[in-house]
Amino acid sequence: MSTVNHIAPSEAILACQGLSKHFGGIRAFTDVGFQARRGEVTAVIGDNGAGKSTLIRCLVGVHVPDGGTIYFDGRQHPFSNPDEARKSGIETVHQNLALIDELTVAQNLFLNREIVRRIGPFALLDRKAMKDQARAMLSRLSINVPSVTQRVRRLSGGQRQAISICRAAGSGAKLVVMDEPTAALGVQETANVEALIRKLREQGVSVILISHNFDQVRRLSDQIWVMRAGKMVATVRSSETTGNELVAMVTGAA
Amino acid sequence: MSLPADNAPASRQAGVHEESRPSLTALLIDPSFWADWASVVGLVGLLILFGLTSPVFLTVANMQAMLLAAAILVVLSIGQTFVVATSGIDLSLAASVMLGAVILGLVNAAGLGIFAACVLAVLATSAIGLMNGVLITAGRIPDFVVTLGTLSGITGLGLILSGGEPTMVGSTFLLKLASGYLGPFGYPVWVAIAAVLVAHVALYHTRFGVHLLATGGQAESASALGIRTNRVKIAAYTISGFCAGIASILLVARIGSAEPQINTSLLLNSVAAVVLGGVSLFGGRASILGPAIGALMLTALVNGLTLLSVSAFYQPLAVGVIVVLAALIMRYQK
Repeated sequence: MSTVNHIAPSEAILACQGLSKHFGGIRAFTDVGFQARRGEVTAVIGDNGAGKSTLIRCLVGVHVPDGGTIYFDGRQHPFSNPDEARKSGIETVHQNLALIDELTVAQNLFLNREIVRRIGPFALLDRKAMKDQARAMLSRLSINVPSVTQRVRRLSGGQRQAISICRAAGSGAKLVVMDEPTAALGVQETANVEALIRKLREQGVSVILISHNFDQVRRLSDQIWVMRAGKMVATVRSSETTGNELVAMVTGAA
Repeated sequence: MSLPADNAPASRQAGVHEESRPSLTALLIDPSFWADWASVVGLVGLLILFGLTSPVFLTVANMQAMLLAAAILVVLSIGQTFVVATSGIDLSLAASVMLGAVILGLVNAAGLGIFAACVLAVLATSAIGLMNGVLITAGRIPDFVVTLGTLSGITGLGLILSGGEPTMVGSTFLLKLASGYLGPFGYPVWVAIAAVLVAHVALYHTRFGVHLLATGGQAESASALGIRTNRVKIAAYTISGFCAGIASILLVARIGSAEPQINTSLLLNSVAAVVLGGVSLFGGRASILGPAIGALMLTALVNGLTLLSVSAFYQPLAVGVIVVLAALIMRYQK
């Protein structure tokens, strides 16, 4: 159970081998192998400081790893910044860096990929098209907001998170990476976001989920990867494990 | 979200219905309404007040004179709005106007022609804006410090270039610009109207406008989404400088000479107009019409007080009180 078994590369949307990252003298993680299968929800769990977030940041181009190789969609792909990763089809839902409060829902959904009409030398925003498409994006994922012209500031935490996820998924991303998407949410809102993640998978989007919540991980994911003290120590199918086993793997008691 | 617990039943169809408009009474007791419309309410209030107390105030001639007097401030307020929208402030605005005017006067006096003089004046003030933007972003110095330094620097530069002396600018083009009328408005008013229209389109109908508000709202989030926030800020300061250049042309046209003297009330009033216009000083929220109407309101205030023969000494006091009141109301903005 605690051996890291490898899957065929063609099945993997994102994979890495021998990945390492140090910050000065501090080792974030060493020699990490990881794979996320196409069309599945892949969870990464581990204690605080196990290296989960840093690993994910390396995979999506926020940090450049010190060593190792990253494969995305069958090709070797070292991303040097998040913009490159985004253009290749990886969208990240950040914990805090998500939405602009003062902009509307539609403006947020289309931020930095606005739809424009060309009029002579000028490119003017096609606000109607963006509003219409924003409504379509939201309803496809059954996300409820009062109006796409509402400022995000006035929405609840769950609605905001849903809109961040919607934005990530709505760009036609092949892979959506979420770092603790329900950490700041209440019970009801967490349930809503979980429903949203299931919906993404139904629509064929691959998801990588970082979470502290073992129950949530077992509910949502297909495959679970466990990190401990900067190493990838185990991987297991979610259907074949128990909460106690996960706790044991995370703490190293097994 | 998909569960009814989150929302009233009426709004359950995801985004299908637009938010219904609140009733008039609900609007009138909502402080946010007053905050958003402070400049309009203030302007209408002043028009009524001065209209009742001064027989001349509401005459066509006085309205036209007032609009002419407001044109420069409107243009400057627009420039200031772009900077404030990025949560910055441009304290060098009035000094830039002075330097633009001095350069205009000197280039014209050197015999290079009035058009070259105007173009060079605008280029110079735009370059000052660009420099402000670069120092603030690449130099990582607070906007307040940079533009305060620029304020002092270009004040000195203006004095050095001009030798402290005003330069007469006798140009038929500028004379026409200052005194000509097209329809009901003088040319400077049309310049201000054009500036309002262009700025409005830039803010609300271009990607730049959205990125500007995103940068002012949450710069970190904006740059996480790939928006080049530094470039956006530099552009905002350059626009501010450009507006200062246009204002300097209007100013020289109005007074017929280029004076190396800063009109500090222009700076204060440009910030005041922006605040009155409902633009958040914390950035991320702006309009063009609001500050333009704010500028009209401040001009109406000065005009009305003058007509009522109130001593000019009371004008700054009145402006100050109004601005602080407006800022207080802004706290209720949603």
